[in-house]
Amino acid sequence: MANALVNVPPRARRGEVIEVKTLISHPMETGYRRSQLGTPIPRDIVRLFVCTYNGTEVFRAELHPAIAANPFFVFSTVATESGTLAFQWTGDNGFSATESAAITVD
Amino acid sequence: MSGSFVRLLAATALTLLAGTAFPGEIPQAERRSGYDFMSRETRAMQDDDATNPGMLGVLEGGTSWARKTGAAGRACADCHGDARASMKGVAARHPAFDATLKRPVNLEQRINLCRTERQQAPALAYESRELLALTAFVARQSRGLPIDIAVDGRVQPFLDNGRAAFYRRQGQLNLACSQCHDDNWGKRLAGNTIPQAHPTGYPVYRLEWQSLGSLQRRLRNCLIGIRAEPYEYGAPELVELELFLMWRARGMAIETPGVRP
Amino acid sequence: MDRETTRRTFLQAAVAGLGLGAVITVAPAHATPEAMQDAIRKVVGSARVSKGRVKLELPPLSENGNTVPLTVSVESPMTPADHVRAIHVFTELNPQPDVVSFRFGPRAGLARVSTRIRLANTQTVTAIGELSDGSFWSASAAVVVTLAACLEDA
Repeated sequence: MANALVNVPPRARRGEVIEVKTLISHPMETGYRRSQLGTPIPRDIVRLFVCTYNGTEVFRAELHPAIAANPFFVFSTVATESGTLAFQWTGDNGFSATESAAITVD
Repeated sequence: MSGSFVRLLAATALTLLAGTAFPGEIPQAERRSGYDFMSRETRAMQDDDATNPGMLGVLEGGTSWARKTGAAGRACADCHGDARASMKGVAARHPAFDATLKRPVNLEQRINLCRTERQQAPALAYESRELLALTAFVARQSRGLPIDIAVDGRVQPFLDNGRAAFYRRQGQLNLACSQCHDDNWGKRLAGNTIPQAHPTGYPVYRLEWQSLGSLQRRLRNCLIGIRAEPYEYGAPELVELELFLMWRARGMAIETPGVRP
Repeated sequence: MDRETTRRTFLQAAVAGLGLGAVITVAPAHATPEAMQDAIRKVVGSARVSKGRVKLELPPLSENGNTVPLTVSVESPMTPADHVRAIHVFTELNPQPDVVSFRFGPRAGLARVSTRIRLANTQTVTAIGELSDGSFWSASAAVVVTLAACLEDA
């Protein structure tokens, strides 16, 4: 069961550029490793991370195995209105996780 | 042997026995956490709770803390309430002597004792995700507090065993822990800086493991490194070494969850 | 299907044809700078890539290749008329060249992202910035990657 840490400033001024930090628990198995017995360990990664702000997409990351385990992103967005920032991670083997944070914009 | 030489020997022996420093022991004022030997970037990873990957484990442990489990249907919280208060200082005092078992136990073992005895739940496997998360959550409540291992007559023999292990040469490389961590800390071993080996941040998020891991895992890693047979998880030899290392780090602040290369 | 799957399927078919029936997983030990150029071409097409405008921040010495902090940014007013559309990151010696693609719009405010990547060896990392006017810009940074002194697997 994945858990995530998201950090969004709870308040901002309209038009201010805010910084968002996200961290999700996921091994990001590359698909290039072999077990102790020599059998290949299949790839199992997060492939897509999308952030929407009151439903509008504001940031997207397309991940490959070279993203470190427990994918971490810090990105910016303009505080346009009060509401919710929603985060979604999807990946191999039907992986899907969501998280959200509220923001008040004056 | 001349009289003056014998006197010199005797004086040296007395100094060694009377002083707090064992031969080669790092003076208290020169002790540094592994944190101080890391790059700026790795330190930044540890400093911010929003970016510290170990915090994911702490979060998970917090969920475990509140979850009812076992035949007794009890959560840790049912007896211990708010961990921020009840668990404060606990990690700083472990390994600690258990009067029933008549030996020291580390934090992981203490948690499992609670699970089996009070929650009537099966013990969590060493190095399992759940045990690491719960241990990290409990240890996090001691962050910033100085390590404070109580040593009395009951604990002393185990502490002495741990100390002897630290100074004993072993493995195919015939190395003692002290040779790297007392005598050569700060110097480089194959591109890595040798730390002083103070367990201030455990369970630690080690970049090499890409996950949280226990002090015992790290000790086994070292033993494998010097080509010695690593003790099994939970072995008394490992707990004694943990006890000595924590005692050696007395007064230093807990950093859990630490981040280390 | 991406190149790797196509190659694997071809080899599996070839081996099956030989009657051996074994499944071979073919993974190159590492990609090459040429493979990285191919990956960049896939993104950029025939457009020219100019050096500049992109700032790539990586530690010159990484303590562990499993987790290398990276920050990439492109100076831009980030208006609907003039903004950064995407930033793509590539490596030349990892098993595959693509690392990540970030997509932005004017709502980003700043075209600046931090993340943590894996580097299999000492190598150079390249970032390509794609602007709303269709132009492409690049920056590179070299990283020395050290291995842990004592490995865990006996």
